[in-house]
Amino acid sequence: MAEVAALTEASFEQEVLKSDLPVLVDFWAPWCGPCRAVSPVVEKVAAAFAGKLKTVKVNVDEASGLAGKYGIRSIPSLLIFRGGEVIESSVGFLPEAELTKRVEKVIGKP
Amino acid sequence: MTVDAALAIVGAGPAGLTAAIYAGRAGLAPVVIERQLAGGQMGLTFLIENFPGFPEGMAGVDLAERIRQQAERFGAQFRMAHAQRIHLDAQGVELHLDSGTLRARALIIATGARWRPLGVPGEKEYVSRGVSYCATCDGPLYRGKPIAVVGGSDHALEEALFLARYAERVYLIHRRDQLRAAKVLQQEALANEKIQVMWNRVVTEIVGADGVVRALKLRDVVTGETSTLEVPGVFVCVGTDPVSELAAGVVELDEKGFIVVDECLRTSAPGVFAAGDVRAGAWPQVITAAADGALAARSAERYLQGLTP
Repeated sequence: MAEVAALTEASFEQEVLKSDLPVLVDFWAPWCGPCRAVSPVVEKVAAAFAGKLKTVKVNVDEASGLAGKYGIRSIPSLLIFRGGEVIESSVGFLPEAELTKRVEKVIGKP
Repeated sequence: MTVDAALAIVGAGPAGLTAAIYAGRAGLAPVVIERQLAGGQMGLTFLIENFPGFPEGMAGVDLAERIRQQAERFGAQFRMAHAQRIHLDAQGVELHLDSGTLRARALIIATGARWRPLGVPGEKEYVSRGVSYCATCDGPLYRGKPIAVVGGSDHALEEALFLARYAERVYLIHRRDQLRAAKVLQQEALANEKIQVMWNRVVTEIVGADGVVRALKLRDVVTGETSTLEVPGVFVCVGTDPVSELAAGVVELDEKGFIVVDECLRTSAPGVFAAGDVRAGAWPQVITAAADGALAARSAERYLQGLTP
């Protein structure tokens, strides 16, 4: 398990869009049950890909501008950014094996 | 022939999880197959206020986790997999999973129900991009925006009332000129100034742009008039369908696809039981699903002992 840093709207550009590593962003909210179920999955995947992938979370209640900008209409939404662009996205709960597969698809094995 | 478990349970909603508690306590060491997330539809319910013993209510996701832990304590094992096919033979049941097979002597099918789609153009394309089936999951994302709900049942009105807490305005689109929801819900919804009922209207298309929903095309079923309603999202609440693909061809289903059971929750196949929303005649409540789970576990136990329930 890895601690997943919480981002704000202000830090998003520096931490995600300008990141050298690809970034997995977990869009979530405290009221969302499936988000709570997916967060340990995200933590495990973050640990497995440490050094190759940066993982952060964004609370959509606090960063509604970002949610709007990236068309987030359901959560949890997991987006992978590289070079400031979204290269992979998924919505809803994902088992660990499935999330691992999606991450591997775009950045290779851990 | 070796078996992996005396009892396999497919589905970890309230029915499957409760069956696992009872079967675990009966020493059957059940194996529970779940494809997604423990809790089923219960896990998507924001707050469950009618389950006895929790006067303040409890988040569906928390109640699911508690019941899962309770089942685990009594020896249930959980396996995350998708059960794709059932094969019955003299020794019992062979479950074909996306990750191998599982042999058991008896089976409880508790695969639940899923929201029914509207079946209009644009719906599939925009699922989770403005088309949602769960207000408690996605509703607060529409804070300060207009939103549409389709349906006229208890569930549709509950969703509309939940959405009215966040949305600027809730358009309730209903194909008839009266609602079939419980009176108390109707009164509450009709008195809510944010909720505007659009009577006699059906959605003919969900229109999007840039990957998200922008509007709905509507038709008035009385006048035939068509119109466009600009909303960034729509919640579809037009009923549920049983998740019974696994059971089809193995046990008897009714004309709507629900599994036919007797009063002991036995299906038409010996050693196969059904519990919760997937069975015919179920009432889609956590408590009745749980009751089904308990009864199905008992029937399975009696079956395994060679007794009739």
